[in-house]
Amino acid sequence: MSDFDWGVIARSYGFLAEGMALSALLVLVATLGGLVVGFGLALMRLSTHRLISVPAAAYVTVMRSLPLVLVLFWFYFLMPLAIGRPVGSLTSALIAFVLFEAAFYCEIIRAGIGSVRSGQSDAGLATGLRRWQVLRLIVMPQAMRAMGPLILNQIVIVFQDTSLVYVVSLHDFLTAASVVAARDGRSTEMYTLVAVVYLVICLSVTKLAEFYRKGRPS
Amino acid sequence: MIVLDDVHKSYGPQHILRGCSAEIRLGEVVVVCGPSGSGKSTLIKCINGLVPFERGTITVDGVSVSSPKTDLPALRSRIGMVFQSFELYPHMTALQNVSLAQIHVLRRSQKEADERSAKILTRVGLGDKLGQRPSQLSGGQQQRVSIARALAMNPQAMLFDEPTSALDPEMINEVLEVMQELALEGMTMIVVTHEMGFAQRVADRVLFMDRGEIVEDTPKEQFFTAPASERARQFLKQVLTH
Repeated sequence: MSDFDWGVIARSYGFLAEGMALSALLVLVATLGGLVVGFGLALMRLSTHRLISVPAAAYVTVMRSLPLVLVLFWFYFLMPLAIGRPVGSLTSALIAFVLFEAAFYCEIIRAGIGSVRSGQSDAGLATGLRRWQVLRLIVMPQAMRAMGPLILNQIVIVFQDTSLVYVVSLHDFLTAASVVAARDGRSTEMYTLVAVVYLVICLSVTKLAEFYRKGRPS
Repeated sequence: MIVLDDVHKSYGPQHILRGCSAEIRLGEVVVVCGPSGSGKSTLIKCINGLVPFERGTITVDGVSVSSPKTDLPALRSRIGMVFQSFELYPHMTALQNVSLAQIHVLRRSQKEADERSAKILTRVGLGDKLGQRPSQLSGGQQQRVSIARALAMNPQAMLFDEPTSALDPEMINEVLEVMQELALEGMTMIVVTHEMGFAQRVADRVLFMDRGEIVEDTPKEQFFTAPASERARQFLKQVLTH
């Protein structure tokens, strides 16, 4: 045991915390932005006009078949070309995450809306509610029941995916830990720490998803 | 008040409605019956535009249902509809179910809407169930909530799509009684149903449909005593012997 030096964690706390803050920022922006864009995409996919639904479906299919690393690279190199000035790693990574995750949230939201019987919409429409009111007041609250656990699950995946931002030279939690590991020669301690932290966070969210599923009988 | 003129509807190759015409006057109670798959439900869903149709016209109080210029939500808010499977909103209480459209369509205040909802729910015998969720109510109670939800909008007419078909036999009467009361008060009603007893007691007129056509459109007495068509005679023989 004397070979282990757990004090390295305390000594590099500030640096690791910055890494975790970046991971948290990525998760937050990717989830909120992804949900908003994904909701728009889901509505487009559910449209009866093919001119609206087909492009959305194509977007989702393309994004879901690409590896996230590729999308990160793509926006890192493409964004400066497209707007004519450098945008920085963080901005390009945030945009890449939002647009990538939007494709997955789109499918979750679409499935959620699809899980609500069409008779529910008919009932709302028959009372004179407009389509967006039916969606907001009747369909979405019921869809949330099906979507909640899936969204939490996706948040776990996003959190794990944040470790990929090292490719555009950002220091997320894992990257920060590996920097310390290399600098101080404390790989075992640092990678154990990372594993424990990921495990605790992901397990808690998964438990939350289970609680959500069980705690709300239909 | 409701006029259907040569309405046609197809789902792909299936011709569901083949030129249906009829007129329903103010205060009339019209029962629509016929074998399953004859297009009865589709027909009444065309009346409030829930099902779009390809040919023909339907006008409600002079307003065309299929015209792109028509404000369909406004038209629907004047016609109540009751569904076979109730379609109450499961995430809301009985009271909230009845108040929802009053608040968001008629722009009544929450208080005003809830007061009216409570009054109507009491009228259909559910004054003690205001705070219950649909899952806590029996089928008959759910269907009465759904009738209250439609009535709360002060509709000029009511459409019933097989309102008792999903109910256990012992609950059918409590729903039919509410409907009968409504008819006595002079509500214009179109009722798709297999309840021939209800038709005999309450209907002014019977529309008999078969294979997408309105085969008979006759006063109730004549329909039950001397139906004009062979198909209606066959149908009556089958439903009345049960």
